[in-house]
Amino acid sequence: MQLDDTDRRILRHHLAEPSLPRADLAARAGVTPATLWRRLEKLAEAGVIKADRALINWRKLGYEVEVSLRFTLDKTNPRAFDEFIAAAREVPEVVGIETFLGRVDVRLNVIARDMAHYQEVYRRRVLALPHIAEVDALMLIATIKESEGLPL
Amino acid sequence: MIDLDDVDRAMLRALSLDGGLSAGELGRRFGLSQPAAWRRIKRLEDAGVLAGRQVDVDRTALGFGVTVFLGVKLATKGRVSLEDFERAVVAIPEVQVVQHVLGLFDYRLRVVARDIADFERVLRRRVMTLPGVGQVEANVLLTEERRPGPIG
Repeated sequence: MQLDDTDRRILRHHLAEPSLPRADLAARAGVTPATLWRRLEKLAEAGVIKADRALINWRKLGYEVEVSLRFTLDKTNPRAFDEFIAAAREVPEVVGIETFLGRVDVRLNVIARDMAHYQEVYRRRVLALPHIAEVDALMLIATIKESEGLPL
Repeated sequence: MIDLDDVDRAMLRALSLDGGLSAGELGRRFGLSQPAAWRRIKRLEDAGVLAGRQVDVDRTALGFGVTVFLGVKLATKGRVSLEDFERAVVAIPEVQVVQHVLGLFDYRLRVVARDIADFERVLRRRVMTLPGVGQVEANVLLTEERRPGPIG
């Protein structure tokens, strides 16, 4: 899909503030609500906008602990990635799965209610995942910035 | 802390896939009247569980083919203030996510770039020049997947 300046302007504002009501987004991007609606439809159809989802604040549901677990896998097994990821999907506390090129192969974002719950999830579910060679953990202290914004 | 019943959980799951669902549509899906569905959404919003929206885009289609996670260690802990580092890092437009973490690194950053050459520019000119920055580890994102989390 060929994007023009209007598309880029809409996307820039939409990504910077996804919760903005549509009428305000139209005003900010300098288009009519009808144009905005049409452009967003087109961007979604073309797969440029993949999803527009509600954000859940897990802390408000009692999940106080968030840990980024970084794995290297045993790559002598060609099925290691697929089997690890398939098993990780079965763990409800896993809220994100990412794969990488680099020292880290896979990262799991794991939430837990408290440290006792985290310990249980880590020992019973995470360490039971197949083909782990190494794991290290980064415990989230604070999120300083979180945005899908792009310098368009 | 807010208590959820099965209908709340089903609604959260539906909204975390499509944040644009109206109270009418949610009501039809889960056998509620439109006002009843609206009251449930309102309650989840008031409790802060529904915390706005998130738009996922195809970054490659928008010209940002490279996403890199950086682990950053501060070189001179104690002497450089976290505030100085954080103020400078959030101002970099290519940096989408900044998390203060505990573990091998002090910060996790998500950086977007047009290509590897562009990433090198951001890394050298913007990230490596941040106040207090020490060791940096880069992992290039290959795939990412969000999971619904423990609301099943």
